[in-house]
Amino acid sequence: MRYFTEDREWVDVDGDVGTVGITDYAQGQLGDIVFVEVPEEGKEVAKGDEAAVVESVKAASDVYSPVSGTVIEGNAELADNPALVNEDADGEGWFFKLTLSDPDELKDLMDEAKYEAFVAKL
Amino acid sequence: VTDIDLANDYVEVELGTLPLDAWHRAKGGRMVPFAGYHMPVQYEGIMAEHLWTRESAGLFDVSHMGQLTLSGDGLDDALEKLIPADVKGLKPNAQKYSLLLADNGGILDDLMFTRLPNGDLYMVVNGAVKYDDIGHLRDELPDEITLNHMDEQALFALQGPKAVDALSRLVRGVENLVFMIGDAFEWNGVPLRISRTGYTGEDGFEISVPGEHAEALADALCAQPEVKPIGLGARDSLRLEADLPLYGHDLDPETTPIMAALNFAVASKRRREEANFPGAERILMEREQGPVARRVGLLIEGRQPVREGAAVLDADGSEVGKVTSGGFAPTIGAPIAMAYVPATMAEIGTKVQLNQRGKVHEATVAAMPFVPHRYVRGAK
Repeated sequence: MRYFTEDREWVDVDGDVGTVGITDYAQGQLGDIVFVEVPEEGKEVAKGDEAAVVESVKAASDVYSPVSGTVIEGNAELADNPALVNEDADGEGWFFKLTLSDPDELKDLMDEAKYEAFVAKL
Repeated sequence: VTDIDLANDYVEVELGTLPLDAWHRAKGGRMVPFAGYHMPVQYEGIMAEHLWTRESAGLFDVSHMGQLTLSGDGLDDALEKLIPADVKGLKPNAQKYSLLLADNGGILDDLMFTRLPNGDLYMVVNGAVKYDDIGHLRDELPDEITLNHMDEQALFALQGPKAVDALSRLVRGVENLVFMIGDAFEWNGVPLRISRTGYTGEDGFEISVPGEHAEALADALCAQPEVKPIGLGARDSLRLEADLPLYGHDLDPETTPIMAALNFAVASKRRREEANFPGAERILMEREQGPVARRVGLLIEGRQPVREGAAVLDADGSEVGKVTSGGFAPTIGAPIAMAYVPATMAEIGTKVQLNQRGKVHEATVAAMPFVPHRYVRGAK
């Protein structure tokens, strides 16, 4: 099941593991992505924390963690190929995986239909 | 995902619209507030637009800039009191770069001016400070000098190695211009002022066109296979690679021409000997003895851009300078920056450290321009 934030991140949840990325809409707004910094394994993040950095030609942006938990993996591919986020934000361009510490937080996030409606108004 | 520096240049003001506003939107331009106007930051993407300009030709709308004419008895003498350039020696249709200086030698703006065939001067100043410039010129120039703000004119830059192919198909004769020379032309009965100049480091032209004909000319230019519209984002990355400083970022009232490494702006021996431009004493002393701090280029290690506002650190980790422009350089494929550093750290090859949001980046002082200029110069 995939959940979305108003900051245009997504978290795909499988058991107690979440995979986090930014949405296709977000990568389109950022433009050409030239640098991504993902969190290291073992890092504790709270919901809403700045967990990763993404830089386009024009500007630097923070990526917030949609949920609280412990990072188990950052996407190492993005260091050498940050444009992967432009090419496949919803899939190969994921940022990090974490074990969720409070799955109840997912209730505050949007499902895909709600997110599409939210983005349509932006 | 949220921009870290979103509020950087944002000021709550009523934004103006320029003659090409609807045209940009129809072309898919993403409009942002810039210099008091809605301006396109990009169309298909900054990287693609940047590379297209370096390979082919890009059309930039720079109508936000101030286009002025100056006329009247004693014009050359009067203007020489405000800028360090040799105005008197400027031949008809020749163009020069210069700086509007404060009394302490600080830079109020950088500008281009051209001698018109009737002896008047045509001047282009930066959009963000054009009303300050106009006020300064009106205050400082004697009453005999008439200043006309041509705010009904649009201004385009057509830049890139194929700009000459595209433009000469529409306007015959522009191919005979050389770098820093302009002339009057006509297109479909519309009077144009065209010079072989620009701010990307590439060959190209700047075209002044009456606002009511701007859309038609933009359409005609973009109908040429070499030409695509290019936004402000690529304009910024192109000029950064080409060692062209941007006013309000790399130049400001705290910097002098010598600090800014614009020594060529005080190239006239006569002007230096007369020493009657604002701040002459300080500027000439800095020219002889070297300034305390200087604008340099930086190559950044790694992939992460280091942008305006990052601190330059000395060996002890103390802040001794500032990054004034920085970003990813599409032509080079790596991050680059401009910064002010102490004279002792300004030599090419010097290793420096930069602090951006608490993270230290390694950088090396590099020769500029980062990408060689490809101007089409005339015979000397």
